Amino acid sequence: MTPFKKITGIIAPLDSSNVDTDQVIPKQFLKSIKRTGFGESLFFDWRYLADGSPDPQFTLNDPAFKGASILITRNNFGCGSSREHAVWAIKQYGFDVVIAPCKQNGDVNIPAFADIFRNNSAKNSLLTIELLEKEVDQIFREVQAHKGLAATIDLETQKIILHTAPEISFSFEIAPAVKKRLLEGLDDIGISLQYETAITSFESGHNAQLSLPGSNGTKSI
Amino acid sequence: MKKTLFEKIWESHQVTHLSEGVSLIYIDRHLVHEVTSPQAFEGLRLTGRKVRRPTLTFATMDHNVPTVDRMNIKDPISKAQIDQLRQNCKDFGITLFDLNDERQGIVHIIGPEMGLTLPGTTIVCGDSHTSTHGAFGALAFGIGTSEVEHVLATQCLPQTKPKTMKVEFTGKLTYPVTAKDLILKLIGTIGTAGGTGYVLEYTGEAIRSLSMEARMTVCNMSIEAGARAGLIAPDETTFQYLSSGNRSYAPKGKDLDKAIAYWKTLPSDLDASFDKTISIDASKVAPQVTWGTNPGMVMDVTGRVPDLDQVPGYSRKDVEQALHYMGLKPGTLLTDLKVDVVFIGSCTNARIEDLRASAAIFKGRKVASGVQVMIVPGSQQIRHQAEAEGLDKLFIEAGCEWRQSGCSMCLAMNPDQLTPGQRCASTSNRNFEGRQGKGGRTHLVSPQMASAAAIAGHFVDIRTWK
Repeated sequence: MTPFKKITGIIAPLDSSNVDTDQVIPKQFLKSIKRTGFGESLFFDWRYLADGSPDPQFTLNDPAFKGASILITRNNFGCGSSREHAVWAIKQYGFDVVIAPCKQNGDVNIPAFADIFRNNSAKNSLLTIELLEKEVDQIFREVQAHKGLAATIDLETQKIILHTAPEISFSFEIAPAVKKRLLEGLDDIGISLQYETAITSFESGHNAQLSLPGSNGTKSI
Repeated sequence: MKKTLFEKIWESHQVTHLSEGVSLIYIDRHLVHEVTSPQAFEGLRLTGRKVRRPTLTFATMDHNVPTVDRMNIKDPISKAQIDQLRQNCKDFGITLFDLNDERQGIVHIIGPEMGLTLPGTTIVCGDSHTSTHGAFGALAFGIGTSEVEHVLATQCLPQTKPKTMKVEFTGKLTYPVTAKDLILKLIGTIGTAGGTGYVLEYTGEAIRSLSMEARMTVCNMSIEAGARAGLIAPDETTFQYLSSGNRSYAPKGKDLDKAIAYWKTLPSDLDASFDKTISIDASKVAPQVTWGTNPGMVMDVTGRVPDLDQVPGYSRKDVEQALHYMGLKPGTLLTDLKVDVVFIGSCTNARIEDLRASAAIFKGRKVASGVQVMIVPGSQQIRHQAEAEGLDKLFIEAGCEWRQSGCSMCLAMNPDQLTPGQRCASTSNRNFEGRQGKGGRTHLVSPQMASAAAIAGHFVDIRTWK
């Protein structure tokens, strides 16, 4: 995986909540057996008109957001299907970061990103940042007031700096293990394989066929 | 310490502790299908890695499969993906239930059918509806392709321990209100992200009285509430299901006795604590119909399309966009909505009990003029069972199309698709924009509600059906 350090880029707004992965990349593009070539199809049904030309009404087609590398959106982004193609499409389009708000619903905190999407992102150097709703609202306002506004995302210091005048900065949280993996570009499988002895030892005392723990003596399958 | 069902499974599968809240979890079953696996196998080839435990890995093709002439796949890209799965299974020594195999079907239907899904196991698949298997008290969840590769290579996954939510359905469910209505009601109550970060455990009188097939319908849509996994504690209904039928991978004889003794230790201890609890009175649940573009946009069949500001949890803009896509006006009675297509199928509602329930509605009746009805059994075994019971003839006489098994119009990756503007009553799990075909308008309902809509030509309250 490519290490994620610090990026500076244009922020593109996608003002919709519950954006599902069917919207991020529709099913007809999941037939590919390759890992590349998905950027063209990102948000396909929203992005293109029936004749295949870009829909000028769709935000990402606004020339001001050309080359954007930061996507700001609303709550529950990436819900639905587990398709990792959604993350590949976002990355291959050129985004390195997606920012969305957690939502306060009474005393309940609804996470910004769907679980599987968040996991898939972390495997592909796509940084998902959860902010408070009021912070995301503020970024939306700034981006609407200054189309083409850029920001710097520094994973090391966990800071977002909007390049407004004066600059506005936000801090974000990230699980230490995920941060380390992203910063160092670690291979997850390689990390697990370091526990080969522990896995083999676990297997010797676990009957995976019946899932009976500690049932030694059952034949290995 | 008192433990929940989830905690018992989690603890018995922890290989090692990795970091704060993260463990390496052993995977007992890895189910593989053609869409989310090719890049994972490619990754293994590129790094020279092998499949650690091919005998714990099982594959089938379901997403791309045509439901009419299944051995003749006309789309060359779909065909290439299916051929690739065959090659990968051959190269890596994985059992494949191929298109000519009588055991082929939707991956989440054939796992339980063959007895691969057992209480207390951990099960993953590159598909979000893996939550289905939780009906047996298995910790089962969907994963992405990188994680598919991870499991192939290590038979393990690094996982952050989720929180637990107890979802209690009190009271009795009264037919023709179904398991589908229960889960839609829950999603409408907690929202499509209400379960994010949690494993749901469904309990209560209404859950206990459900058949295994109906329990699978409930667990299947846990992901639509944001939860990667849903669980139901194993009980006599579970043991009965696993001891009967042709469940070739389930334990037999002494192994079965030993397994049942263990499975009986799995249910959550009395007074075990959950991070969150929610209770819904099942006796008050009405048949549900979705009106919008995600499964949380749902209401009782007696309702009217909501006003823009009337939907808790959704902004005016969200509702406006949904109603615009769905071609709906606030105030319209749901029962006044005419349908063009009815789809009875998917890993949510394509098991034999679903087909029997649907057949009971169609019996001696005709599909309304101009309505297309597709009935797609979840597996070849279900198809044969239905044919043995004469359900196919009954459906055909009513004017329905009787198809071969596969995911079909649930996600419309195969030729079964809605055309723009068509309105569909569907027994599947997602009403997202374009899910069943670009511009298609999906309303999620139970098989009974879908069948009644096919005959009437519009939605009806199944409780008033005569």
